[in-house]
Amino acid sequence: MSGTMRNPLLEVTDLVTEFATRKGILRAVDKVSFAIEAGEIVGLVGESGSGKSVTGFSILGLIDPPGRIAGGSVRLGGRELVGLPPAQLRAIRGKAISMVFQDPSATLNPVLTIGTQMHLAIAAHEKTSEAAARARAAEVLARVGIPDARSRLDAHPHQFSGGMRQRVAIAIALLNRPSLIICDEPTTALDVSIQAQILAEMKALARDLGTAMIWISHDLATVSSLARRILVMYAGRIIEQGPVADVLRHPRHPYTAGLIASLPANAEPGRELRQIPGATPSLFDLPPGCAFAPRCAFSSAACAQAPALHHAGPRGWRCHHPRGMEEAR
Amino acid sequence: MTPLVLAQNVSKRFAPRLGLGERIAAKLGSPVETRTVHAVDNVSLAIAKGEVLGLVGESGCGKSTLGRVIAGIHPPSAGQVTIGGESVMREGRKSTTRIQTVFQDPFASLDPRIRIGEAIAEGPLAHGLMRKADARAEVARWLDAVGLPAEAAERFPHQFSGGQRQRVAIARALAMQPDILVCDEPVASLDVSIQAQIVNLFLKLRRELGLTMLFISHDLGIVRHISDRIAIMYLGRIVETGETEAVFAAPRHPYTRALLDSVPKLVTDSEELVSFKAIAGELPSPLSPPPGCHFHLRCPHAQAVCREIVPASDSQGGMHPVACHFPLIS
Repeated sequence: MSGTMRNPLLEVTDLVTEFATRKGILRAVDKVSFAIEAGEIVGLVGESGSGKSVTGFSILGLIDPPGRIAGGSVRLGGRELVGLPPAQLRAIRGKAISMVFQDPSATLNPVLTIGTQMHLAIAAHEKTSEAAARARAAEVLARVGIPDARSRLDAHPHQFSGGMRQRVAIAIALLNRPSLIICDEPTTALDVSIQAQILAEMKALARDLGTAMIWISHDLATVSSLARRILVMYAGRIIEQGPVADVLRHPRHPYTAGLIASLPANAEPGRELRQIPGATPSLFDLPPGCAFAPRCAFSSAACAQAPALHHAGPRGWRCHHPRGMEEAR
Repeated sequence: MTPLVLAQNVSKRFAPRLGLGERIAAKLGSPVETRTVHAVDNVSLAIAKGEVLGLVGESGCGKSTLGRVIAGIHPPSAGQVTIGGESVMREGRKSTTRIQTVFQDPFASLDPRIRIGEAIAEGPLAHGLMRKADARAEVARWLDAVGLPAEAAERFPHQFSGGQRQRVAIARALAMQPDILVCDEPVASLDVSIQAQIVNLFLKLRRELGLTMLFISHDLGIVRHISDRIAIMYLGRIVETGETEAVFAAPRHPYTRALLDSVPKLVTDSEELVSFKAIAGELPSPLSPPPGCHFHLRCPHAQAVCREIVPASDSQGGMHPVACHFPLIS
């Protein structure tokens, strides 16, 4: 979308995902567009209800009724994924694109050994002997930092700690050497010391294997330490994007600026934090125009019209009153 | 300083319920291996009047259990907790209203079928802290204190957002007019933009009401912001306590150092790529903690003595207290 990417690995254009509910149609993802290069780590940031996870699910075609992808396109290596028959999507999921979720217990089958589950994950996409599958599984487990990997293949999920279970889920996601992994808050449920280990490993993995990653998170600090580029979502739309350090230093959108300013690290201890007033709007009851306007200190009459996407080099924002434009010059 | 709240040599042990086979074996007189969790292991803490003490640690370290023992929710297995000299518990039951708790999940602590106003007035009415005739005005006063309109009293919990529900839970605790509030991860389940609002509310309440707080959290940024002093817990024990800025500037326990280093910082310089450092190894199981210093398995400075002897809390040379045989010198 910035027009500078020549051969993007993934290209999402005007993606719209809706859910039919008793209260009406809920548009969780509203004309989302972005592209990812091979091997690139992109952080997708937003609060609950911003549509960040649904964007991830939509890329994988994991939207079940009453939800549907109501418009737009998702291209992987030039191939359109929206509207593909389920069998063809299944061949892509877990092979070319895989996903890691927040709760590894929900991914892993409690009654099968790790080895069996990993064998099944390989067998779903290629013919292989059990011995070869085990060897590959052990290799990948060792790669994600599980000690004594070969013997751990015979263990069941409950025999692993929370951090180790998440490593197993990551190993399964890596098994078929995907070109893209979508990570949906994979370290949110983990303790900081374990999170740090997994972040360090994911970073090394992406570098060594050339795997691209979409890292979905609400935590700006985690994203800033991992990703090269950041997409900020609010009420179903991407409202700001660009290189991480640049966006965090000079946010353009007042929402991004507000999130950064509200961090305790950016205030003097004991002093009031800079807070964003109000609450995230209900998707059923979005204000017309810019969805952030009611909470925004800079809103004006112009904000009743939805702001278009503005570009400046690698940066992009949807705001009539962008911040910090003076410093940029 | 005369502390308002004093926890002395508090321990809390939980014994998992025995299975049927084990119970039969025990009845028949054969020895049964009882696996006891030492959730809190011989902890002493003092909180001064008007002070905010931050209690920090990873999951399973015992910080919530310690908070509940201090709040009089769990009786301690050993030791005692006093508030202004009186015991918090009498005959296994909480015997004071001077200490109240705010929990992580405000939805779980509010009855979905009871109007907010009733929920707030319930406790003070039952304890004779409020007259029925004054209830409406009192409820409005506490709702105002937490930034909610008086009309909120007529609504039900599901009509509030997460941040507003946490405000209700705080109003409910305040209506008991406690001397100290135990806050157990009060902002952990809130969105980032809402967290700042609730943190600011705590700062305001503290300023206006002179509240004393025990603020339990795993979020070092928030604890640093709100606390005068902090206590770091690891596997049931407090390993370091001190003035917040002193601990952050110069941690003395290797675990505190490692914990501080493992939190990713906001990177705003594209050249600086690593913003955190991982601690080696995993948290040991609290069912079978390692002997000696519980951290020795993951500690880069561990020596033979650390595997055998539990380090006592030491504040040599006027430094803040640390329980380590080889405290860090910065």
